[in-house]
Amino acid sequence: MTDVLSVDERGDDSLLVTSIESKSPKRLSWDRFKRDRFAIAGLGVVVFFLFIAIFAPLITKIIGISPNALDRDSLNDYGLPNGRFGGISGKHWLGVEPGTGRDILARLIYGARLSLFVGLVATLITTSVGMVLGLIAGYLRGRVDTFLSRLSDLVMTFPSLILTIALVRPGTQRLEAMGVPEGNPARLTYLMLVTLFFGWVGFFRIVRGQTLALREREFVEAARSSGAGPGHIIFRQIAPNLWGPIIALASMSLPAYVAYEAALSFLGVGIIAPTASWGIMLQDSVHFYRADPTYFFIPGATLFVLVMAFYLLSEGLRDALDPKNDRQQVA
Amino acid sequence: MIAYLTRRILFAGVLLLAVSLFTFLVFALLPTDPAALTCGKACTPERIEANRTRLGYDQPLLTQYGKFLKGIVAGRTYGEGQGEFTCGAPSLGYSFSQKDCVTSLIARTLPVTGSIAIGGFVLWMIFGIGLGMLSALKRGRWPDRLISIVSVVGLSFPTFFLALLLLFIFVIWTQILPFPSYVSPTEDFFGWCQALLLPWLTITIISSPYYIRLTRFGMLETMNEDYVRLGIAKGLKRWTVLRKYVLRSALIPIVTVAGLDFGATLGGAVFTESIFSLPGMGRLSIKAVSDSDLPVLVGTTLVAGTFIVVFNLLTDIFYGLVDPRVRIHK
Repeated sequence: MTDVLSVDERGDDSLLVTSIESKSPKRLSWDRFKRDRFAIAGLGVVVFFLFIAIFAPLITKIIGISPNALDRDSLNDYGLPNGRFGGISGKHWLGVEPGTGRDILARLIYGARLSLFVGLVATLITTSVGMVLGLIAGYLRGRVDTFLSRLSDLVMTFPSLILTIALVRPGTQRLEAMGVPEGNPARLTYLMLVTLFFGWVGFFRIVRGQTLALREREFVEAARSSGAGPGHIIFRQIAPNLWGPIIALASMSLPAYVAYEAALSFLGVGIIAPTASWGIMLQDSVHFYRADPTYFFIPGATLFVLVMAFYLLSEGLRDALDPKNDRQQVA
Repeated sequence: MIAYLTRRILFAGVLLLAVSLFTFLVFALLPTDPAALTCGKACTPERIEANRTRLGYDQPLLTQYGKFLKGIVAGRTYGEGQGEFTCGAPSLGYSFSQKDCVTSLIARTLPVTGSIAIGGFVLWMIFGIGLGMLSALKRGRWPDRLISIVSVVGLSFPTFFLALLLLFIFVIWTQILPFPSYVSPTEDFFGWCQALLLPWLTITIISSPYYIRLTRFGMLETMNEDYVRLGIAKGLKRWTVLRKYVLRSALIPIVTVAGLDFGATLGGAVFTESIFSLPGMGRLSIKAVSDSDLPVLVGTTLVAGTFIVVFNLLTDIFYGLVDPRVRIHK
C-alpha cells in the first residue's frame, strides 16, 4: 500500500496506473474496521457467544452438564451450594443454583441462546419494517408520508415500557386463544409484536430522511428517465445506499434488545421459568444476595460483557461504514 | 413565530387525544372484565353488577370514553345516593383495588418521580457535557481515551443490573448508605439527598455516555467551521471562542435530546423506582400490573404520554426560538 505513487524503476509512468490499488467501498470499510482493536475484540466476543448459542446442546453434552438436572448433592442442608464462591468446582465450573443445584454454566449457555435469538429477531423485524415504510414514505411523499409520519409521532408518544408490561398477561392470553402454543411461545410472540409496534419508528425516521434526500439525486433521475418503475427505483437504486446507517443503527439496537429481554424477564413479564434466561437468573439470585453473591455476579457480568461487546462492535462498524471518514487515512 | 407555535400546540393536543383514545380502547377491549376486578374473590355476581353500573362499565364504549374525557375536564361523580363519591377534575378514573381516585394516586407519586428525574437530569447533563467538552478539547490524548472507555462501560450496563449492583455494594455489603426511603426535601433535605443518591447515580451512569458523545461530536464538528477559525485568527481569547462560537451551536442538538429524555424519565423510571423501592409513578404502574388495576394503568400511561408530548413541544419551541430556519420552513 505504500507504493501508491511509486513510479516504475524505468521511469515509465505509463505503468503508474497499474500500481495504484483500486479499492471498493466495502474494502475501504473493512480496512478501517480491521484497525480498530476494540471493535475486533467486540466481534470476537460476539462470535464466541453466537457459537455457544448455536451449539448449546452439543457443548453442554461434551462438558457433561445439563440446564435442568437437579444436583442436590452439591447443596448443603440449607439448600446453599457447598464450598466457596457459589459451589464452583470441577463438576460445576461456575457453581450451582441455590435451592435446586442446577448447573449455572449450562443455564448461562442456554440463556445466551434465548438472548441472542430475541435480540436478532427483534432487530430483524424492526429494521425491515422501518426500512420498507421509510423508503415508501420518503419516495412517495404526499399523503402516504404524512400518514406514516404522524403515526410514528403517535407511537413515540406512548410510554413503551409501561404499556409492554401492562399488556403482557392479556396480550399473551389473546395470542393463546388465537392458537399460539401456550407458555413461552406465546410470551415471545407477544414480546416480538410489541417490540415491532414500538421499534420500527427509529429506523423509519432515518430511512425516510435519507430517502427524501436521495430521490432528488441524479442517479435516481437517470433511472426514472430510462423508464424504471417505482419498485425498481426504491429497492434497487435507493435502498443500497442506506446500508451504512441501517447497519450502524441495527447494531446499536441489538444489544439494547438483549438487555431488554433480560430486564423484562427480571420483572417477571418476559420469559417464564424453568426456561433458562439471564433475567430470570438475576431475579432468582436477588433472594440469595447475602448467602451466595457469586450467583448474582455471574449472570450479571455475562450480560454486561455481551452488551459491551456489541457496543464496541457497533461503534467500530459505524466508524468504518461512514464514508466521511478520511480515505487517505487507510491508504 | 406565532403561527408556528399555534400549529405545534394544536398538534400536541391532537396527539394527546389520540393517545388517550388508543389507551382507553386497548384497555377496554381486553378480555378481562373490569367490573369483576373491583372486588375480591368472595364477590357475588350482584355486587359485580352493582359496581358495573356504578362505574359505568355497562355503557357502550364510546359513551365510556366520552365520560372519561369529561371527567378529565370537569371531574366525575360515581354512583348515586349513599354510595356516591366524586373524583375532582382532572379525574382519570377510580381505582377499586386502592380505594382512591387515580388522579390523587398519581399526584402522590409525582414528587418522588420528579425528584429522581430532575436530580438525575442535572447530574447527567453536568457530567455528560463536561466530560464531552474535555474529551473534545483533549482529542486523541489520554483524557479522551479514558472518557471514551468509561462511557462505553456506562453504556453497557442494563439499568436494572446497575441499580441492583449499586444497591448491593453501598447498602447491603458495605452499609455506607441506609436503605433508600423517600422523604420530602422541605422536611429533611439531607435525608432526601441520601435517599435519592443511588437512583441519581444509576441514571447518571446510564445516561451521561450519550451526552458525552453528542457533545464531543458536536464540538469537533463546529471547531472545524470557518467562523471558528476566524474567531481564533482575529485574536479572540480561546475561552471566548469556545463559549460563544463553539458551545453555543454544539449544544443545540443536545437540548433536543435532553428534552425528550427528561420527558421520558418523568414518565416513570420503572426499574430504578422498583429496585430502590421508591413510591414513584413507575412503581405505581408495576403494582397496577400485578393487581390488574386497569384505571391506574390507563392513568399512568396517559400521564406519562402527556409528559413526553409536553417536553417534545417545549423542545420544538426552543428550537424555533434559537434557529430561525425552523420557523420559516415547514
